[in-house]
Amino acid sequence: MKRILTGVAAAALIAAGAAQAEGVKVGMITTLSGGGAGLGIDVRDGFQLALKMAGDAGAAVDLVVEDDQQKPDVAVQLADKMIQAEQVDVLTGIIWSNLAMAVVPAATAQGKFYLSPNAGPSALAGANCHPNYFNVAWQNDNLHEAAGAYANSAGFTNSFILAPNYPAGTDALAGYKRFYEGALAGEVYTQLGQTDYAGEIAQIRASGADSVFFFLPGGMGIAFMKQYAESGVDIPLVGPAFSFDQGILQAVGAAALGVKNTSQWSKDLDNAANQAFVAAFQEEYGRLPSLYASQGYDTANLLLSAMAKADVADQDAFRAALEEADFASTRGDFAFNSNHHPIQDIYVREVIQEGDVFTNKVIGVALEDRGDAYADQCNM
Amino acid sequence: MSALLVAEQVLNGLQYGMMLFLMAAGLTLVFGVMGLINLAHGALYMTGAFACAAVAAATGSFWLGLAASLAAAASAGALVELAVIRRLYARDHLDQVLATFALILVFSETTRWLFGSFPLYLSLPEALSGAVDLPGGLVYPAFRLAIIGIGFAVAVFLFWLIGRTRLGIRIRAGEADREMIAALGVDIGRLYTLVFALGAALAGLAGALVGTIQSVQVGMGEPVLILAFVVIVIGGIGSIRGALVGALVVGMTDTLGKAFLPQLFALAMEPSAARAVGSALASMLIYILMAAVLIVRPQGLFGARA
Amino acid sequence: MNRAAIIDAGLFAALVAVALVAQAAGEPFVITLATKAAIFALAGVGLNLVLGYGGLVSFGHAAFFGIGGYVAGILASHAMSGAPVATFPFTMQGTNEMLAIWPMAMAVAGLVALAIGALSLRTSGVYFIMVTLAFAQMLYYFAISWPAYGGEDGLSFYVRNTFPGLNTFDPIQFFAIVAVLLGLALGLSALIVRSRFGLALRAARAAPGRAVAVGIRPFGIRLTAFVISGMITGLAGALYADLNRFVSPAMLSWHMSGEIMVFVILGGVGRLAGPLAGAGAYILLEHLLGGVSEYWQALLGLLLLVIVLFAPGGIVGMLNGGRGR
Repeated sequence: MKRILTGVAAAALIAAGAAQAEGVKVGMITTLSGGGAGLGIDVRDGFQLALKMAGDAGAAVDLVVEDDQQKPDVAVQLADKMIQAEQVDVLTGIIWSNLAMAVVPAATAQGKFYLSPNAGPSALAGANCHPNYFNVAWQNDNLHEAAGAYANSAGFTNSFILAPNYPAGTDALAGYKRFYEGALAGEVYTQLGQTDYAGEIAQIRASGADSVFFFLPGGMGIAFMKQYAESGVDIPLVGPAFSFDQGILQAVGAAALGVKNTSQWSKDLDNAANQAFVAAFQEEYGRLPSLYASQGYDTANLLLSAMAKADVADQDAFRAALEEADFASTRGDFAFNSNHHPIQDIYVREVIQEGDVFTNKVIGVALEDRGDAYADQCNM
Repeated sequence: MSALLVAEQVLNGLQYGMMLFLMAAGLTLVFGVMGLINLAHGALYMTGAFACAAVAAATGSFWLGLAASLAAAASAGALVELAVIRRLYARDHLDQVLATFALILVFSETTRWLFGSFPLYLSLPEALSGAVDLPGGLVYPAFRLAIIGIGFAVAVFLFWLIGRTRLGIRIRAGEADREMIAALGVDIGRLYTLVFALGAALAGLAGALVGTIQSVQVGMGEPVLILAFVVIVIGGIGSIRGALVGALVVGMTDTLGKAFLPQLFALAMEPSAARAVGSALASMLIYILMAAVLIVRPQGLFGARA
Repeated sequence: MNRAAIIDAGLFAALVAVALVAQAAGEPFVITLATKAAIFALAGVGLNLVLGYGGLVSFGHAAFFGIGGYVAGILASHAMSGAPVATFPFTMQGTNEMLAIWPMAMAVAGLVALAIGALSLRTSGVYFIMVTLAFAQMLYYFAISWPAYGGEDGLSFYVRNTFPGLNTFDPIQFFAIVAVLLGLALGLSALIVRSRFGLALRAARAAPGRAVAVGIRPFGIRLTAFVISGMITGLAGALYADLNRFVSPAMLSWHMSGEIMVFVILGGVGRLAGPLAGAGAYILLEHLLGGVSEYWQALLGLLLLVIVLFAPGGIVGMLNGGRGR
């Protein structure tokens, strides 16, 4: 363990030696209180871990972290504060698409860089893309698209699909249908924040479907899976990783065992950067990292790689350095598309039990080198 | 759509109504006896769920967890009553709303501090997991049937408690005339603490049961709290019978609306628009119902006075 | 000037002083905070009219706040895209002129308040609290599932609307606009309370039976007050949209209703500058406690508890030495 850490630190030191740039001031706006705090805390911890592991290069990052309480108006005001008062060079940290839509366009218009560690709304990938906006996670549709592709390869021909009735929900179902070639046994929009799914499960039971795709992030997904497991319906479930991350799985427990889910990252991905990350995260925080922690970690490493090559004051050079994405991602191969969104593999994982911990295991690749559906609409 | 599906949805509505009743019973009891609007009722519900999850995880027994949820919520309720709530009886509704709103903040963040930001694990006991076959070919989860049963049992218990016991007589007397029963030598302070703890225990029980099939997380009480208020307002505030009827009406309306409104609209419009309009209307339905009830009967279905 | 009037003027002066000092010290974010406090205070001034003077506890004022915000957001986004807002029964274009947006926001909020008030005022007490909440929740769920203007994601319009002769993007100039409107609303509120109408409103609260006996019809009086209150809160919503260049259903949620209520109660119910004191203190606490701990909301809750238990007159009540209203 120690050796890996020293190795990574040494590599980072060498990289940092290339250009002893001025420090970079980074403003992180993320969710640290309330029901959605788990995601923000993981992004922050992953980000800070990468800085710590980078040693002196990491110390050159002056990080300010603020809590947006998952409220868009608070996020906008914090962004104003960081831009006006703190004069940050780079903003990052936002978890939720609606908060990103409120903050990112104004921030990039004011000449700040924004590195997204989680949200990837379609508007920012397409018509409203911006040279200073980089997404280090995924475009929102990606994991749903991969679920559709997986459904084809698993031989499903009659899916029942459901998601909450809000923009990310309709996007999720559209994403699934983009690659899925079979028929639909049903398409249902639930209420946002709903926690009782008896009615929907009854519809699934009566629908004659051969598979169920659901996008129900957070507590909604926990409730759905527990109730589904008790209902006596045994049609296979497929979903994006948001309902299967490390924090949530422990709450779902055995009800999630065997469920297939799609993700761009998994803790058992076999590459050196990922193994170093997983080990260091466990040692530092005493828990397994989640998808969100890996994204925070990658975001910080992307930033460090650009700092090693260019001074943030020289915007064009810094942007070019970011575009190269010259860092060892925990996901393996990682490159930026023309719209500054990732081109990456999306994996299929299965929920398994290791001792008394529930976690995921990669079982295949759903989409290889996937960009996104909106890159063509982006002219920058 | 088959008769089986309709039957299952009606059962779902009944079950949802019973869940709401467990939550609303304590709320309406506290309001009826002490005239207190308790926004923190949802926080006590969350306390019950967390106590159940923590004890079940430590001991491996769901039933011990359930007992712990009653004990934890009742003692949290008694503590809060002694420290804060009893200073509010003489105040107007405004102060009660603000103080109990503040209690929500304290409870939520303290729970997050104690248990972390991630949802907790709480699973069904072995005896009640899985589904059972009902007559007519209906398959239904055993635990949901148990919730319906517990709901009825609690309703019967409350009717008995209020209608047939000494405590019930005092409670009813307290509702009718506070000064008089104090003059008759009943320790009104102790009575109020007891009633508040009872209401809290009911909330805690509901939290543990609902947490088992949903998720145990910070903030879980708030959406249910608003629904519980809708229930008791429709039923008539202070009336246990009103809470029962209100809960069943709301449970049925919500479940059947969500299940069948989108299909109803699909008869007249193209499918995707029908789904959007249908689901939007379904989520507003119970509030429309509540407004309609209040416009026809401003004191609710079983309310004594406005 | 009596003591109450001195306190009111002092609080308003303090707000302006904070912004001016922040401007001189080069702290634009503090100006933004002061602006936010002024906007919340304005929303509270609206609520205080029915809650403080009329005794009507509305738990649904987020409805008007959100509607004001959405009117501003929708008009501004249409001005940006160039598409008309409506083509039937007449063509209506979007606009980014605050002077056109404000009356529109107030009119729409007022109309909705008329409808909600006409139905809700048939009830009283707790039922009134809950039925106003129900109407706000209806609008909230409608806004979430209505896709045209962003649904749950909300609606961004990126550029603050314009005001003739001013650069609204400059924090201090935008603050000046908000402060003047807040001053006007406070003045209007003072006039209303002292007018025959205000007396009737208070009489209907204190002694409904006697008020009827002297020929006051409480329903009409209360409904009028409710509509004016909704319009003021709607204006605050439009300004809040402009502060953030963004609106979302969160502005319509019951948390928002609760917060507006907290501003009024914290500051002092039925006191002219109560909402100003309450909103200012709330934002100050949020800002200070946020730096103390991740769990700052628990501290905020404890503080609110202490205030409601031991200082029932709110902040203005304390300043006034516990004297009557």
